[in-house]
Amino acid sequence: MSAVAASVMPAPGVLRRSATFLYRRPGLYLVLLLVPPLLWFGTVYLGSLLALLANSFYAIDEFTAKIVYQPTLATFKQVVTQPAHIDIILRTLLMAVAVTIACACIAMPIANYMTRYASPRAKALFYVGVMLPMWTSYLVKVYAWRLILAKQGILSWLLDSVGLGGALDTLLRLPGVGGPSLSSSYLGMFIVFVYMWLPYMILPLAASLERVPVSLLQASADLGARPGQTFRNVVLPLVLPGLAAGSVFTFSLTLGDYIIPSVVGAPGYFIGMMVYQQQGTAGNIPLAAAFSVVPIVLIMIYLSLAKRAGAFDAL
Amino acid sequence: MRSEAANWNRPSSGARLAAYAALAFMHVPVLVIILYAFTTDDRTYAFPLPGVTLHWFSVAFARTDIWDAMRMSLGVAALATLGAIVLGSLTALAMSRTRFWGREGITFLLVLPIALPGIVTGIALLSAIKLAHLNPGFWTIVAGHTTFCIVIVYNNVVARLRRLPQNWIEASMDLGADGWQTFRYIVLPQMATALLAGGMLAFALSFDEIIVTLFTAGHDKTLPIWFFNELFRPRERPVTNVVAVIVMVVTFIPILLAYYLTKPADER
Repeated sequence: MSAVAASVMPAPGVLRRSATFLYRRPGLYLVLLLVPPLLWFGTVYLGSLLALLANSFYAIDEFTAKIVYQPTLATFKQVVTQPAHIDIILRTLLMAVAVTIACACIAMPIANYMTRYASPRAKALFYVGVMLPMWTSYLVKVYAWRLILAKQGILSWLLDSVGLGGALDTLLRLPGVGGPSLSSSYLGMFIVFVYMWLPYMILPLAASLERVPVSLLQASADLGARPGQTFRNVVLPLVLPGLAAGSVFTFSLTLGDYIIPSVVGAPGYFIGMMVYQQQGTAGNIPLAAAFSVVPIVLIMIYLSLAKRAGAFDAL
Repeated sequence: MRSEAANWNRPSSGARLAAYAALAFMHVPVLVIILYAFTTDDRTYAFPLPGVTLHWFSVAFARTDIWDAMRMSLGVAALATLGAIVLGSLTALAMSRTRFWGREGITFLLVLPIALPGIVTGIALLSAIKLAHLNPGFWTIVAGHTTFCIVIVYNNVVARLRRLPQNWIEASMDLGADGWQTFRYIVLPQMATALLAGGMLAFALSFDEIIVTLFTAGHDKTLPIWFFNELFRPRERPVTNVVAVIVMVVTFIPILLAYYLTKPADER
């Protein structure tokens, strides 16, 4: 404190005069604060997005494999008309929807238990317990699932030892979802996606469940509603924003992921893998750019739907 | 009445069991990774483990490629964190109290890199790198990481600044302190732990990032990229587990610190 008092005494130095100068001009002060971050975002991030957009309007010359820098819609046409590409988009969309629904169904009881029934200490345990896996290294988790789902891995050992090995084999023989082992089937990929994004669904759901007044539930019960009816008619409408917020994460994260499909993978391609492969081995950046516009558009559509459900009040 | 209400609010033991089982299940993969770091079997993922050994730790520590990747990752994370701390706290200082035109737009812009899928950020950065004829490598990785780390620092700091009572600042000014002194003696000490926590989370996020990094790395290898390549190589698999354990430890320490740095402030 004495240091402050002492520095008050002498004639105002440059620092003090500059402070006063800025204090009298809040607008200038604001601009000075905002210039560095906005410059960064403007050049690095918005610049990149513009470059992405620009690239998607170029096309690759089929003979020389060089990018032709002339605006064209040919690449976009390629994305939305080739049957193989439409397959990829539909497959990714289907997976994203399935993962979102599964996450919501699993997260709801957990979030409900931790917000309504758990004692304060148990609640803290639940919050840390949900957040810890969320912050665990992404790649490590994916790798762990590869170990768990592998042929002769933990899961098949577990199922064998309780006598359900045959059931797993039947499941894997199903067309569409099956494969040679869980670690190379759509079913396995689905399990990994659900596991990975589950915390992103639980946390917003729990946040909106916390805000449901207990008195409403009591009133509903007093009026003769069974627990199921109370859930459907009272709780669900109230937590819809949280559900929508969580689903934005699960949906968007699934749409853009390319690591999980390539590590725990069935043979079919996903949007993310297509983008990664086109920019890498194929060297076709325009096609990769045009393909990456697909998840952006899908997410924009989803966001506008979620916004109608009030997702952004819960974020 | 009261006992009835308590009864009404009691969960079935089945629900309790399911909730705890789900919570435990979320931690299984981590345990699996640690378990397999000690296996004697380096070709398959057979369970139960055929034997237990510490051999892979010494193998991992002797491999220089791991250490090179580790150094690269630490360097990237340190620089990206530094950039994010500077830019994030500048934004937080500007946004915490004043309302101005375009404020909503800036919030939106900050969230965009983590709201859009990582692959979009990745391919966008790559498009820009290619269009500008830059060589992808260490510095392009740092630029990418800084961009999505800013919002982490910003969120932490802006939340703390909003809770800082305005009259503290007024009192400081009334006592004759100028803007710099008020910042140095009032604002900075108050936001320090939030800044540190944000920085730690940003560090952990950057150290572990793969989706954007694969696009911007060129031929350079961060630890996650090393890890990713290793997943498709069947040789010496347990070494991958050893590195996984190291990665978890390196990311967990800052996250736990960040948690404890911000927690007491919330309870105060």
